[in-house]
Amino acid sequence: MATTMRPDAAPSPAHHHHPTYHEVTRDIAATLGHPKRGYFILFGFVLLVLAAGIVALLYQIRRGLGVAGYSPPVMWAVYVTTFVFWVGIAHSGTLISAILYLFRSAWRTSVYRTAEAMTVFAVMTAGLFPLIHLGRLWYAYWLFPYPNQRGLWVNFKSPLVWDVFAVSTYFTVSTLFLIVGLIPDVAAIRDRATGWRKKLYTITALGWRGADYQWRHYVKAYLYLAALATPLVLSVHSVVSWDFAMSIVPGWHATIFAPYFVAGAIYSGVAMVITLMVPLRKVFRLERYITVVHFENLSKLLLLTGMIVAYSYLVEYFIAWYGGNPIERATFWNRAFGDYWWASWTMILCNGALPWLLWFRKIRRSIPALFVLSLFVNLGMWFERYVIIVVSLSHEYEPYAMGNYTPTWVDWTILAGSFAWFFMWFLLFAKNFPTVSITEVKEIIPWPRRREVRA
Amino acid sequence: MSGHPGGVLAAFRHVDDAAQAIRDLRAKGFADVTAYTPVPNQEIAAAIGRQSSPVRLWTLLGGLTGLGLGLVMTLWMSLDYPIVVGGKPIPSVIPYIVIMFELTILCGALATITGLIVHAVRSRRPAAFDPRFTDDHIGVFVPCAPEGRGAVQQLLQAAGAEEVRIEA
Repeated sequence: MATTMRPDAAPSPAHHHHPTYHEVTRDIAATLGHPKRGYFILFGFVLLVLAAGIVALLYQIRRGLGVAGYSPPVMWAVYVTTFVFWVGIAHSGTLISAILYLFRSAWRTSVYRTAEAMTVFAVMTAGLFPLIHLGRLWYAYWLFPYPNQRGLWVNFKSPLVWDVFAVSTYFTVSTLFLIVGLIPDVAAIRDRATGWRKKLYTITALGWRGADYQWRHYVKAYLYLAALATPLVLSVHSVVSWDFAMSIVPGWHATIFAPYFVAGAIYSGVAMVITLMVPLRKVFRLERYITVVHFENLSKLLLLTGMIVAYSYLVEYFIAWYGGNPIERATFWNRAFGDYWWASWTMILCNGALPWLLWFRKIRRSIPALFVLSLFVNLGMWFERYVIIVVSLSHEYEPYAMGNYTPTWVDWTILAGSFAWFFMWFLLFAKNFPTVSITEVKEIIPWPRRREVRA
Repeated sequence: MSGHPGGVLAAFRHVDDAAQAIRDLRAKGFADVTAYTPVPNQEIAAAIGRQSSPVRLWTLLGGLTGLGLGLVMTLWMSLDYPIVVGGKPIPSVIPYIVIMFELTILCGALATITGLIVHAVRSRRPAAFDPRFTDDHIGVFVPCAPEGRGAVQQLLQAAGAEEVRIEA
């Protein structure tokens, strides 16, 4: 009978001195509300950067995509790069919350909420970029299936249309997953809160009381959502990779792209989870719930996916050489030794070389080292997409049609604005909803019993 | 809390005590006991002994609806404006699988949530409640007529409840 969420999950070694259920509620509820001055200063800074991004966008809307440096043959550039970057970031959230849930990994309980919230906000950020990249963003509705004035519908054979369906499905499902996980937690906070927050949580708890008939449906719904989200997460970045792989651009047209992109997405996402979790744990004093064990497990995921990414890089170069196609070979020669050599080597260094450090246990268990490494991985993964997109487009078939691209201040400002947009949502979330799941952390703590359990 | 039937509300600390109390109550004929737990618990669920959740049916039907929707939508939208290229058939089913897959997941997830809301939130049964039940206590509520309350109260206290109170 699979009535409980994790019937036989063994508590992790870090929980030898279990906090009591009441301590869990108290400690996690204490992270909410009453922000200090530092929070407001940070939030103000984030809003300022966001405003700068909006100004740059308005300028681009007024003057056209030329101000973003677009010029033939490079008509997909920083915006598509950043779109893929943020969609990739989103992937580890669902990996941790859905796939590790199905694998019954008890350690995920402390980290999954942050990862899931990060997923939702990263998709919200990613979703802006196809629109920004359109140039005439008031025609965004052309993406959706509707008949135009000649009665013609969208082309379902186009990977760009698949992308619309994949990303909007992913956004919807990951948001629902986050909300469902929050319901029992919000109810626990509701029963402790006062004032306007009590009203907010009473509404958002949807009348949750933890009654037996509620849990009965809840555990099933959660299980099926996890089962649906698991193939979804693998499909979304595959579809994103097909945006490239389905075309005949050298450097894009490869069957390895789907697994290569999915592994890269999870790799970048895990890095972002570490980047967010290190300061969060410190500021919220959650050292008791997010321990070195959690970071070590995350870094093992980072190591695994990093090795897959490094392998994909090798295979790409190997096939370019071994395949005997002179165009493909020239493209990869250009990547490594052409005008963009610095971008390619940044990517290879950050994603292909640095994760090898994680073979050392000392580094896996050192939180400062992991934090620094995660920043390099974030940087490297952005450059990976830059290399794939910009460098491939700049160097296709005909030498007379080759040309270089340089990002402008508009690109950089909008890129910075996207980080601000992401952190704005994350900061708002962190002070109003629990960033560590109260319910699931309690689940791995055994209930007090009066009698010994019969063997 | 008003609007619930009168009865007896008990708060337990120990999960085995609460499960035993529920089994004893059911043996005495109290069928509609409500148990509150801060986390889902297998022992309590087994003691309550309810059937599996119908949410899975919602998931299945939602997923199949999405699959059908994806198939019909892509086929119809292609056939509605037939552009014949190289004499090939108008619908191109293999790429449409991507759309069908995404809509299966989307509708399956939306139906699962609808099922959850219909069963767990909308069909909430009136019963007394205490905020401790979302923190660290197990709650047991037994609706019963005023004359039977003394016996129920005694049973719950004997089972090891930390607190038992009559809810009018």
